[in-house]
Amino acid sequence: MTPTTDSDSPGSSTATLLRQMAATLPQAFVKLDPRHVWRSPVVFVVWVGSLLTTVFAVVSPSWFAWLITVWLWATVLFANLAEAVAEGRGKAQAATLRATRTDTVAHRRGSGGVIEEVSAAELTVGDLVIVSPGEVIPGDGDVVEGMATVDESAITGESAPVIRESGGDRCAVTGGTTVLSDGIVVKVTTRTGEGFIDRMIALVEGAARQKTPNEIALTILLTTLTMIFLLAVMALQPLAIYSGAAQTPIVLIALLVCLIPTTIGALLSAIGIAGMDRLVQRNVLAMSGRAVEAAGDVSTLLLDKTGTITFGNRRATELITAPDLAGDEITRAAYLSSLADETPEGRSIVELAAIALSDDDRRQLDEMPSQGAEFVAFTAQTRMSGIDLPSGAAVRKGAADSVASWVHDNGGQVPRGVLTDVDTIASSGGTPLVVASREPGQAPRALGVVHLKDVVKPGMKERFAQLRAMGIKTVMITGDNPLTAKSIAAEAGVDDYLAEATPEDKMALIRQEQEGGRLVAMTGDGTNDAPALAQSDVGVAMNTGTSAAKEAANMVDLDSDPTKLIDIVSIGKQLLITRGALTTFSIANDIAKYFAIIPAMFVVLFPGLMTLNIMGLSTPKSAVLSAVIFNAVVIIALIPLSLRGVRYGPSSSSALLRRNILLYGVGGVIAPFIGIKLIDLVVSHLPL
Amino acid sequence: MSDTLSGLLTIGVLVVALVVVHVPLGNWMAKVFTDERHWRPERIFYRLARVDPSSEQGWRSYALAVLAFSAVSIVFLFLLIALQGVLPLARGAAMHLDTALNTAVSFVTNTNWQSYAGESGASPVVQTMGLTVQNFVSAAVGLAVAIALVRGLARSGSATIGNFWVDLVRGVIRVLLPIAVVSAVMLMLGGVISNLSEPTTITTVSGGHQVIQGGLVASQEAIKELGTNGGGYFNANSAHPFENPNYLTNLLEIFLILVIPFSLPRTYGVLVGDRRQGFAVAGLMAALWGIMVTVITWSEVHAAAGPIGAMEGKEVRFGPWASSLFAASTTGTSTGAVDSMHESYSALGGGGALFSMLLGEISPGGVGTGLYGALLIAILTVFISGLMVGRTPEILGKSIGRREITLTALALLVMPALVLVFTGIGLVLPTVRAQMFASGPHGLTEVMYAYTSASNNNGSAFAGFSADAPYTNLTLALCMLLGRFVPIVLVLGLAGSLVAQRRRPGTAGTLPTHSPTFVGLLVGIALVVTGLTFFPALALGPLAEALS
Repeated sequence: MTPTTDSDSPGSSTATLLRQMAATLPQAFVKLDPRHVWRSPVVFVVWVGSLLTTVFAVVSPSWFAWLITVWLWATVLFANLAEAVAEGRGKAQAATLRATRTDTVAHRRGSGGVIEEVSAAELTVGDLVIVSPGEVIPGDGDVVEGMATVDESAITGESAPVIRESGGDRCAVTGGTTVLSDGIVVKVTTRTGEGFIDRMIALVEGAARQKTPNEIALTILLTTLTMIFLLAVMALQPLAIYSGAAQTPIVLIALLVCLIPTTIGALLSAIGIAGMDRLVQRNVLAMSGRAVEAAGDVSTLLLDKTGTITFGNRRATELITAPDLAGDEITRAAYLSSLADETPEGRSIVELAAIALSDDDRRQLDEMPSQGAEFVAFTAQTRMSGIDLPSGAAVRKGAADSVASWVHDNGGQVPRGVLTDVDTIASSGGTPLVVASREPGQAPRALGVVHLKDVVKPGMKERFAQLRAMGIKTVMITGDNPLTAKSIAAEAGVDDYLAEATPEDKMALIRQEQEGGRLVAMTGDGTNDAPALAQSDVGVAMNTGTSAAKEAANMVDLDSDPTKLIDIVSIGKQLLITRGALTTFSIANDIAKYFAIIPAMFVVLFPGLMTLNIMGLSTPKSAVLSAVIFNAVVIIALIPLSLRGVRYGPSSSSALLRRNILLYGVGGVIAPFIGIKLIDLVVSHLPL
Repeated sequence: MSDTLSGLLTIGVLVVALVVVHVPLGNWMAKVFTDERHWRPERIFYRLARVDPSSEQGWRSYALAVLAFSAVSIVFLFLLIALQGVLPLARGAAMHLDTALNTAVSFVTNTNWQSYAGESGASPVVQTMGLTVQNFVSAAVGLAVAIALVRGLARSGSATIGNFWVDLVRGVIRVLLPIAVVSAVMLMLGGVISNLSEPTTITTVSGGHQVIQGGLVASQEAIKELGTNGGGYFNANSAHPFENPNYLTNLLEIFLILVIPFSLPRTYGVLVGDRRQGFAVAGLMAALWGIMVTVITWSEVHAAAGPIGAMEGKEVRFGPWASSLFAASTTGTSTGAVDSMHESYSALGGGGALFSMLLGEISPGGVGTGLYGALLIAILTVFISGLMVGRTPEILGKSIGRREITLTALALLVMPALVLVFTGIGLVLPTVRAQMFASGPHGLTEVMYAYTSASNNNGSAFAGFSADAPYTNLTLALCMLLGRFVPIVLVLGLAGSLVAQRRRPGTAGTLPTHSPTFVGLLVGIALVVTGLTFFPALALGPLAEALS
């Protein structure tokens, strides 16, 4: 499976889609089985209608009867085709996955340390298996001993190996992935056949697909509409007999099929499958369609600060020189002191300082370590690090009080201005590091302050503004103190934050939001996230997370990218919008069909009804046939839209509503008038 | 003054009166159904009926109470009519048993379809003890059901939707009775009769003899209109000069028909704590009513039948404008009173009256039924358009899921099913065809109009159709029963399912149900759904007639 970030690419080219349709055509025929068709009441009515017209066409054959029959069957076939194409995409992915699930030999460690070779299928929950480099992990489980790099490209499509180790939040491994280096002992946590890959195959194939709550509700509405039209058409015959213009069954069936909401009825399951598929293409695996729908309803997003909103590491953003000193002193000192500092903070100081230094300066400073300089490493006791030069000079950087006491202890002074800067930075939520240096034989001096802060990822503020426009509240979850949390929250533009958050706090927040009637979405990866993931309405576990987290969540992000939650919400909304838009389109279409068929049925009896033939269709038979053909063809025409989903950009509900009503409501009224007229221009040349 | 000017002025006066009155009346009704205290006469009733007014009911219990009360009412009214010959003041009034059953069902369902001739079919005892009583309580039942549904939307996470007996009693005592008393007096002042005189026989100018009936007309007339009942004391209904003597009483009667249905959206808005919601529902009702008034009036004024429009079947004292206004109002409210004969309307005018009922009585609909009918349309609209904003559809923070849409869809399905099935059967049955007055498209309209009127609990008639025969009496009674009580039970079920839900707070992503766009959608959905359902039938009836 190749991950695709652009959902539009598959199927956007007509040629690809046509090829897919041609390839799945046999499947569409197989789906003509009434046991399958029955699942969509609307399509089933068309199926029964097609069967009846076939009988009538055989009994009293005519060009008209046979053409109607063929096009009615085509309507059912097109509905099946839509579903088959949607399923076909998942099937290709499933095949790739299946290929990885070859029968693996497992090295099971029995009691007493005896290692036996068994088939993966024989493993039971709780077994310990040893996996060596080059071997495939036989089943889902947790690493209990050792650490290894694992190639998970089979499920994530990501070729870079990941590290899995015992203990902590990186202990889960997936059956079917390959250990590249080192060796691990894995405790099996799921039974064979129920593992992650098996579930994934079932999901993408659509085998495990159940109708979602909204889909069921919509099906009920469509069934009711079908019943109303069934009654309207059945009642029409006695009315027609009374009026003296009894209709042939074929025309009545044609009218019925045109009126019932075949368009949405035919495309409904394709829309659902395609929605799941769009998630899979973004490397998100939803355990149920219900969760995808719930994503559209989410009104509160809980986002972890680290890694989601910020880069996750504090970075140096500013070097503030102490009063009365030249600017480059602190730059040089900060650069020098951080040269050996491999922490992300240290790297960021080097990067920042490097910008201000000339190439010569840099070269000179870079050479110092090789000239006998000694690094002083950071420890929890000293809370500072630095470098001692052979000349006797020294540089220190670290927590303000630690560095200050180093300066004082050696007889130096820390200028007032430096202390003020420290306080300012701390109160803004940042972390101040004081840099000090000592020239040989002199008292140390504080040179200035490095401003470290959590840097908000670019573009987050805009995304949160979009979410706000969509009516979604964002809450930042962080372990930071309230001061830091507040400042980052303000910078990122989230609506609220939860500081010094414990798993219990998180849980309480979710409950509180839910009691207020809001649906909550969150991401998590640790075992202690599991209860909150289970409690939230949309819980997205990172694939790197523990199996407990994955088990509790209803979605797994294979890329382990927490910002994807925002995409997931969009996909959920898009799924619902596509259904609503096509339902509206389908109903709106009926108006034109009436204007085509009703005058055609009764114009002989009541010539005045010709006024209603506003499309100027050539003959009654051609009018009926044109409406039936339009009804069938529109399904094919809308398959790409139902697979791709209606275009959706974040905006307010009112704007969305206006746009979609204009496009699918008003458009749905007008389109068939044009379509039926065009078809009639062709059909009128047939010998009906 | 030209007809057009006086017509427009009439409509203008009516609209201004409604706009002024709907605020205090709507607020009053909201207070009535939320008041903690019970009035003394109400307590007496509760004690007699052994009802605990402080206990609330779940939807099942509420629905059972509605059904039990209505069943007992039907039996009582049927016996009263069947036995009227042996009761005082019989005056020779009598009905066949099937007519009696039809009448009993008709008045209990707030339909007031009259298979009998008003003055000769029902004695003053039946009229006052039976029919007038039902005029009050059947309207109060509709009001109670509407309020129960509103509670379903207004309350959050509750198990009960109110107490039917309390709602019923308050509806009668605090809403219907006071207005009915005041308006009865006003009608009397306007010339509507109210006496217990024996029938008087007079000799007409041309020498023929005519029996003039008296009766307690004014009191029944007031509640006939106010409760959107429509059953006239006289056969000629509000066309009769004793029921509706002049232009002013005509205007007052139209006002009475519309006043509660147009005030209920206000009550709804107040009860759900957002008046804009009420405006939206009122907007839907007003738009549909406006469209129907326009269509019918235009069609009657422009019909080529006479110099000032189609005057056949209309009273000279009202003319086409006021008659059309009455017609649109009575068919849009499930009232069914008439001040002119709809059968004689032009094809499009009569078709308009028919279409007005086919909308499902939401323009503005009957007392209570109009509001819950409009809310059903709102839920249907929310379901379709709610999906288009990318959320599970919700109204006032209550989501429309499987159960809610099933109940809504079924409630909306009942009326079209009854109309289509029984019209279809009727048109091929020789016995029904023999009862038709006209042939061709107009005859089709007659039969369809009768079943539409019954299934919508309207009660107005295309008078040419002689409905007083066993088959039509019984099938029409069935339509009235099913058309009334199946939706009521479904609506109460909906109230039960909504009331249990916790209310979700609205956000920028929620579909606003008060915006002009949404009102436009409501009107569109109401028109399209009705149009699509009945277009084929209408094409063979009014449309065929109009276009030929």
